[in-house]
Parts: sequence; structure tokens; C-alpha cells
Amino acid sequence: MTTTGKMEDAIGYPLRLALPLFAFFLVFFAVPLLILVWMSLHSAPDSADVGFSQYVKFLGDEFSMGVLVSTLWVGVEATLLSLLLGFPLAWAFTKSPGWLRSALMLVILMPLLTSVVVRTFAWIVILGRQGIVNETLISLGLINTPLRLLYTEGGLVVALAQVLLPLMVLPLITALSRIDSNLSDASFALGGGHWRTFFKVTVPLSLPGVMAGCLLTYAAAVTAFITQSLVGGGQKLFMPMYIYQQATSLLDWPFAAAISIIFLGAVLTVVWLFNRLGRLSQGFARA
Amino acid sequence: MSHMNAPAMSRSNVTLDIEALSFKATMLSLAGISIVLLLAPTVIVLIVSFTSDYSLRFPPTGFSLQWYAALTEDAALKLAAWNSFKIAIATTLVSVVLGVAAALSIARSRTLSAQALDQLFMSPLVLPALAFALAALMFFSVMGFPISTTSLVIGHTIVCIPYVIRNTVAALHQLDPALLECSASLGASRSYTFRRITLPLIRPGILAGAFICFMSSFDNVPVSLFLRDAATDMLPIRMWQNLENSLDVTIAAVSGVLIAFTIVLMLLMERLTGLSKRLA
Repeated sequence: MTTTGKMEDAIGYPLRLALPLFAFFLVFFAVPLLILVWMSLHSAPDSADVGFSQYVKFLGDEFSMGVLVSTLWVGVEATLLSLLLGFPLAWAFTKSPGWLRSALMLVILMPLLTSVVVRTFAWIVILGRQGIVNETLISLGLINTPLRLLYTEGGLVVALAQVLLPLMVLPLITALSRIDSNLSDASFALGGGHWRTFFKVTVPLSLPGVMAGCLLTYAAAVTAFITQSLVGGGQKLFMPMYIYQQATSLLDWPFAAAISIIFLGAVLTVVWLFNRLGRLSQGFARA
Repeated sequence: MSHMNAPAMSRSNVTLDIEALSFKATMLSLAGISIVLLLAPTVIVLIVSFTSDYSLRFPPTGFSLQWYAALTEDAALKLAAWNSFKIAIATTLVSVVLGVAAALSIARSRTLSAQALDQLFMSPLVLPALAFALAALMFFSVMGFPISTTSLVIGHTIVCIPYVIRNTVAALHQLDPALLECSASLGASRSYTFRRITLPLIRPGILAGAFICFMSSFDNVPVSLFLRDAATDMLPIRMWQNLENSLDVTIAAVSGVLIAFTIVLMLLMERLTGLSKRLA
């Protein structure tokens, strides 16, 4: 007991070292969020009465609810697509020899560190009227006039899935490389095929990584302001842009605050669900 | 024995092979698609940035350096880039000082308050940044604090500091406690041990965190949208607005410069900190 005590003494640092940052977060993070809640309870920027009129306005408005639902739904689609593409990539990474791993890791990291505007701009070039997809289809004689790909939901989902793929792949790699390879060998030895072993052994054991990856990807997809407005923009409105418009063009701060709180609540609910599932799957992976 | 089993074995091997082949082919082709998807946009942007066309046609009909030349004369873009750079440097400095101190105290502590602090400091990663930015704008206006570079750095620090903390905590977890114990038992003071043992060993982690913090501040749009004053134009916002108004080809050249800048920094960080091993 005394040795542990001494060791803690030598290597631990007092909690008060975190105090400056705690104070910083309290003043510039917690207090602003409280002010946001307070602002959302006003019926007009300068009125004194407090109530839920802004929330009633949002929840009763078909247009606003449509924006919320389509934002959350596009997030789900983009997350599923990046899981479908990211899982095989993470799997291939863990099966690769060392030299290939470093190269693959740099390929995975580069988009994460490249500016989001640049990555989204690439999708404008790919999906545009004279973009690579349309030019290829026309030269193959499959279409005569360029297809409208930019400013569609399909285009947005693909662009989001690509832009956010690293966020999905990194936790998956961590989870997959923790799996004991003896387990799949045991499955093979007992006559399990590759597909069966994959779905009965590898996938269940990687669930904590799947949950972590989906959580990060989803949270980033629903708030991907730039990609939403440049690739999806034009016809469809999404929550971040809705907040921005209400706050800056219309100067309706109470309503913008209420939209923000509803959006925050929706995202946090999904995050909480993923965390619950993640914890359940951790127990499952350990058992 | 093995001789007798041979025919049966080889038949089951054939079925296994087809099964194995279909599995591996599916996985590797999906992985291949992902790799192409990860690389293609960067390559396409680089090619388009050398176009001689006046629209975003791909493939370009000819190549030239005209858009890079146009870039050197675009004062608005250059000013925006300089502003973004200054804000990112200031944000990184503040984040490293506050973040490393906080990481030291929460990394090895298992107390409830340390875990709660960790959750608090990481929460900006999952919260919609635009909602936080609006909240911060309201906070500064309620407090009568004018929007300035200071408010911008404060906002950026909140959303970028999680990267510094996460990487520093990870580096501290890899530190062998025996080294610190040895130092302490040989009579070294706590601050001497920190300067001579802890800091040199966690420096690559801090550096990797600072790098990601810098890049995400440089690239931030949501916080800058609300917290900058009218005189402070930021590069990603300028690029975004240019693209919203017209599909401007100059942006391809800016993107080319940013990609080159990212690749150089990334390779440098890989050398200095082993970035690729740190993030997986």
C-alpha cells in the first residue's frame, strides 16, 4: 500500500493543474451554453417574458421539423456508407505488412488534415456539370446531357462519407488490431468459413470500435456546415445553415437559440445512444 | 493416414478456397474503393489547379500556371490566409499551455472528478460547433465584450484544445512509471523530474496534438463565422464564400497550396512524432 502511495506521489500530478482550463471552460463554454438556453426562452430579443414559445414554434412548424429530420437522416446515411467502406479498409490495414501500414495510415490521415473546404471543393469538381462523372458518362455515350449530381442528397451523402471516412477508420483499426488472431484461427479450425468467421467472430468483437467510429462520424456529418452548404446546398436546408440564417440574416436570436438547443439535444441523444450501445457491446466483446 | 484422407481433404479445400476467395475479393475491393476515394479528391484538385480553362472542367483541356499567378495578386485571399495563420498560432499556444497542464493532472488519476473533467474537456468534439459559436457570440454581447481577435482565439481554443489533451494523455499513458520513480528515489525534485524525464518523453505527443490543433483552427469555419469582427477575414470563410458565389477556379490554386502545405507538415510530423502510429 505504501509503495503504491509513494509511486502515485512520484508520478501523479495534483488536480489543481487542471484548474486554469476548468475555469476557462466554465466561463467560455458552460456560461455561454446557459445564456443560449436563457435566450431561447424569450419570445422576442428584448422582451422580458419567459416561456417555451420558440420551441412550440419550431415543433409545430412543418418546415423546421423537415429540416431537422433531413439533417439527422443524411447523417445516418453518410455514417452507414462510411462504415460499409471503412470496415474493409480497417480490416485490410490490420492484415497488411508493416511498410504498407505506414503508407496506408498516411493515406487515411491526409484527408483528415486537409482543409474541409478543399475536400468539399474536390467534390464540386467531381460532381459538377463538367465534372469527372459527367464527362466520363458522356464520353461513354451513356448520357447526352450532363446529369445534375451537385446539390442532390445522393451527392451530399457520398461527399460526406468520403470527407469523414478517416473518423470512421481510425477507431475501427484500433478495435480490429486488439482482437486476438487465435480466435479466428480457432473458428477456421472448427470448420467456420471466412464469411461466417467474419460475421460471427470479427464483427462482434469489433463492435466497440464500430460504435466509436459511428459516433464520431455521425456527430461530424450532421454538423458539416461547409459540405452541406456547398454540395447539398441550393435546394435543401440543413440545421447548421438554418441556425446561421436565423441568427445573422434575420437576427432572430431567440429562435436561432431554440433551434440550436433542439439540434444540440438531438445530437446528444444520438451520442448517448451510441455510448450506451458501445458500453453494451464492450461487455459483449469481453464475454 | 494422411495418404488415405487426401481426396476428402482436397475437396474441402476447393470449397474453402472459393469461399475464402469470395470473402477476400469482396473485402479487398471495398478497401480498394475506399483508398481510391481517399486519394482521388486530392489528386483531382491538384490537376485542376494547373488548368488553363476558365471553368472547373475535368479533365482540363490544357495546363498553365495562370491560377497560381492570379493567386499572388489576390490581396483579399492573402490577407485572409495571414489572419487564419495568426489565429491558429495563438490558439495553439494557448491550447498547449492550458491543455498540457490539464492532461498531466487527469491522465493518471482515476478519481471521479478527473474523469468528469476529461468528459468536459472532450465534449466540444461531439457538440455542434455552430451552436457553441452562437452561444459564445451571445455571451460576449451580453457581457459587453466586443468581438475581436481575442474572442476568436477563445472560441477556437475551446473547439481545438481536445486534440492537445487527447494526444498528451495518450503519451502520458505510455510513459513507464518506473522511470519517474527512479528519478524520485535518486533525489530529483518533482520539477526536475518533469523537465528532464517526463517532458522529453511526452514531447512527441504534445507536438502531434499541437499540430492537429493548429490544422483544425486554421480550417475552422463555424466558430469564426460568429466570433470574427467584420475587419477580420479568415481563409476558409473567404474560400467558402467565393465558392458559394461562383465556382471560382482561383480556389483550385489556393487548394493546391493548402494541400502542398498539409503534405509537407504531415511528413515533417511523421518524422518528428511518428504521427501515423500515434493516431491509430
